[in-house]
Amino acid sequence: MFGQLSRRQFLKISGGLAAGAGTTVAGVGHAGMAQAAEVGQATLPYKPKHLGNSKRLRLNEPVMFDYPDASSPCALLKVEGPVPGGVGPDRDIVAYSTLCSHQGCPVSYDKEARTFKCPCHFSIFDPEMEGQMVCGQATENLPRIVLDYDERQDMVTAVAVDGLIYGRQANIL
Amino acid sequence: MSIRKDRIALPPVNAQKSNLTCHFCIVGCGYHVYKWPENQEGGRAPHQNALGLDFRKQVPPLSLIMTPAMTNVVTDRDGQSYNVMIVPDKTCSVNQGLSSARGGRMAEYLYNDAGLTKGRLASPYINTGDKWIGVGWDEALALYAGVTKKILDSKGPREIAFDCFDHGGAGGGFENTWGTGKLMFTALQTPVVRIHNRPAYNSECHATREMGIMELNNSYEDAELADMIMAIGTNAYETQTNYFLAHWVPNLQGGTVGKKKKWFGKEAFAPAKVIFVDPRRTPTIAVCEQVAGKDNVLHLDLLPGTDTALFDGLFTYVVDQGWTDKDFIAKRTKGFDEAVTANRMSLEDCARITGLPVEKLKLAAEWAYKPKADGSRKRTMHAYEKGIIWGNDNYLIQSALLDLVIATHNVGGRRGTGCVRMGGHQEGYTRPPHPTGEKIFVDKEIIDGKCMMYTAWGANPFQTTLNAEQHRQVMLHRSQIVKEALGKVRGADVATKVDAIYDACANHGGLFIASVNLYPTILDQAAHILLPGAHPGEMNLTSMNGERRMRLSERFMDPPGVAMPDCLIAAAIANRLKAMYEAEGNAEMAKRFKGFDWKTEEDAFNDGFRMVGQPGAGPIDSQGGDTGHLATYALLRKAGNNGVQLPIKEVKGDTLVGTEILYTDKFGTDDGLAHFKPATWNGWFPAVTKEKTTYRFWINNGRLNETWQTMYHDQSNNVVTERWPMAPIELNPDDAEELGIANGDIVEVSNDYGATYAMAYLEPNIKRNQAFMQFAHYNGIQGDVTTDAVDRNVVPNYKHTWADIRKVGSGTYKTTVSFKSRRFVA
Repeated sequence: MFGQLSRRQFLKISGGLAAGAGTTVAGVGHAGMAQAAEVGQATLPYKPKHLGNSKRLRLNEPVMFDYPDASSPCALLKVEGPVPGGVGPDRDIVAYSTLCSHQGCPVSYDKEARTFKCPCHFSIFDPEMEGQMVCGQATENLPRIVLDYDERQDMVTAVAVDGLIYGRQANIL
Repeated sequence: MSIRKDRIALPPVNAQKSNLTCHFCIVGCGYHVYKWPENQEGGRAPHQNALGLDFRKQVPPLSLIMTPAMTNVVTDRDGQSYNVMIVPDKTCSVNQGLSSARGGRMAEYLYNDAGLTKGRLASPYINTGDKWIGVGWDEALALYAGVTKKILDSKGPREIAFDCFDHGGAGGGFENTWGTGKLMFTALQTPVVRIHNRPAYNSECHATREMGIMELNNSYEDAELADMIMAIGTNAYETQTNYFLAHWVPNLQGGTVGKKKKWFGKEAFAPAKVIFVDPRRTPTIAVCEQVAGKDNVLHLDLLPGTDTALFDGLFTYVVDQGWTDKDFIAKRTKGFDEAVTANRMSLEDCARITGLPVEKLKLAAEWAYKPKADGSRKRTMHAYEKGIIWGNDNYLIQSALLDLVIATHNVGGRRGTGCVRMGGHQEGYTRPPHPTGEKIFVDKEIIDGKCMMYTAWGANPFQTTLNAEQHRQVMLHRSQIVKEALGKVRGADVATKVDAIYDACANHGGLFIASVNLYPTILDQAAHILLPGAHPGEMNLTSMNGERRMRLSERFMDPPGVAMPDCLIAAAIANRLKAMYEAEGNAEMAKRFKGFDWKTEEDAFNDGFRMVGQPGAGPIDSQGGDTGHLATYALLRKAGNNGVQLPIKEVKGDTLVGTEILYTDKFGTDDGLAHFKPATWNGWFPAVTKEKTTYRFWINNGRLNETWQTMYHDQSNNVVTERWPMAPIELNPDDAEELGIANGDIVEVSNDYGATYAMAYLEPNIKRNQAFMQFAHYNGIQGDVTTDAVDRNVVPNYKHTWADIRKVGSGTYKTTVSFKSRRFVA
């Protein structure tokens, strides 16, 4: 959880921030701002989404959010950093799709092992190593939510997805 | 394609669809291949794509498996490019829609000249002494056949050695075992042949076969019906994944109780329990505890190599408790009393040797063999693999195990039983008999300077053999003699080169080395000629899986460049030799090379598998037996990914009818009885004892879930090589701390046989003074420290060597590789 906020509260707040802080957030220049693919773009039209302030994240406490749309659950996580792909002042904030890249079962975070685990076919993913599959039956690592960080506002923003989210032809529906 | 791999092309509804059996492990999962023109895509609406799913919204979990690794673009020889998607088949009884981390990658490993596997051999290559030159088949065959003929004529077939696959799946199959077998055994008639993973031409299951029990004797469904599964030296989650996930796990979870009730009526039944016999706590054990509950999993973590003592102790206890099936023993077996005497071992002695407490041994015996509450006999399936096959005296362990299994009637037609190999590769054996039946220790012949020519056919001993360091050094040295000779005749005609090679081998200790393979491999440091093979999908190919289920993998694309199916390479070599003998008027020798006039792989299939027992055919050893002739490509194509379980009983209409479980009436002996075999615990081979008493760490070894075999495909895949850039070695953290070793450090593992290198991976589940190293990785060759010990049939003891370990460096692995525990504990 972000501080003492519930997931619902967090999403409400982060959604509000996204609406209010729009153009001041790092990453707005991303191709992802476009609503549809345009000629000249090599990436899907991901839309940035503000996730909240980094200082309100607690170590090893995942926060759920949806990205790039409501049917794609994700987890934002502050880990022992710095880690590859980590953002924030300590490069220790990461985010992943929580649909296992094998068959889409929801992965859950094991605080003790510091891994995401899938109950269906027992795949294990390491959030501190870009979602690398530690052991398991997926052919891909856990899809990684690409984050931007705005130092002035201490804002973490989801801007893209690395890897195909389970059950999709493309990450943008 | 985006750099983010975040979208893929869907197959349109009119995409070509064909069947493909996964060509990696023995399980042989069924897949569908979709192929369609490169510039077309299916739509997201269900009626717009061949998968029939609605991709306009999130597809629910467990609906399908479709990942970027399951897609590719291929170009056929006519220049046309196509999208390909390979997804698991939900209607296949084997995998039921599941894919593993290995099979799920088949599509991305298809040849594409800009793709992961662009390094495939697309033409033959010849070494000119210091450089590889791509050549056409005519030039390559002239040299290969020229050297072969000169050696055959002058020195005879014993100078021509082979190291050849004998299995199914990629680099195998009934077509290719027949093609290569006919070349080696009928045409060349050489007895100096070893199999891809062992140093002689032998079975991995001599004892059980002599006892009348072939090692694949039940169906995967029996694992759903068993009361107990005894898993011996097998790590199924990692190595037979979807057999485990689709057939063991449901039983352990209680999901097959309904099926048991339907099949067995009044008999007491419950979710299965499982016993593991393995010194190491494997990832599979962790998963089983998860799905069955810890109380239903018993881990017999015996001291390494003491399996014979374990089975003798259990056998004696079971006999003394009266838990044997006396009626079955009387009617369908022989030799019981002799085995009781020879194998007698008290539980106290068993405990002392195996290191397992007496109470744990008793519990295991009760779980597996004590009759059920209603008095009915337990159905205990025994499944074993390399832990004992590559164990401390293969022959003796199998004898001891089978004695226990036969005495308790856990083989012989009862559903929910069986004593089976879990298996490595798929099977696919059809060959003429070995010309002499000798079990020649070929590695030793090579090391001793014997033989003049060595063809590695779908094999790579540099990564997989025992005593590998010495073997490799000798191969490199003898190869260099030939390379230097070749360097002196650059630009000469083929006949001159043949003479130079012959002279280097006959008079100077050289060894002419050929490699028939999909890829260049590290063996090519020693090779002089490379011939490019094909794999399933690029040819039609039949194999059978671990329940003898035979399927046809259909060709859907062309092999790279001028590569050919192995059976047709064998035929090309034979035809070349035939033409050379005919040209010199040697009709007698030309006759030996007749019978290879095959245009396609189906011709080879019809010539071997389908000729067994037919009029005019010579003797053929075939897993299809005398009813193999019933299996046509047309019928197999219709049978699809469910195929037919061998042996085939009959053809009903256009349906092949097979056999689910063996030995319901008779065992595979002349008298039809199962033969007990005395198996007295005998300790260790001297070579192993020496290492065991000299060095600190037991270097256990085996496979990892995320890689296949020598990683011949995987080595080009960043997702795999980032995970496993080097063979990992699991170490107990306390041992590591004592030696100053941290995760990701590079360690040297050394003993009397050599030294190898590995990436340290600290794992609390590993016991002190034990280590587990990945086998067959190209970067860190475990076999370099394996002894040269073999059993009476030249089956090696890969699993038991001891060595010292020290840190030699800290690479960058700790910044790129996860060192989290691979054991799933929720």
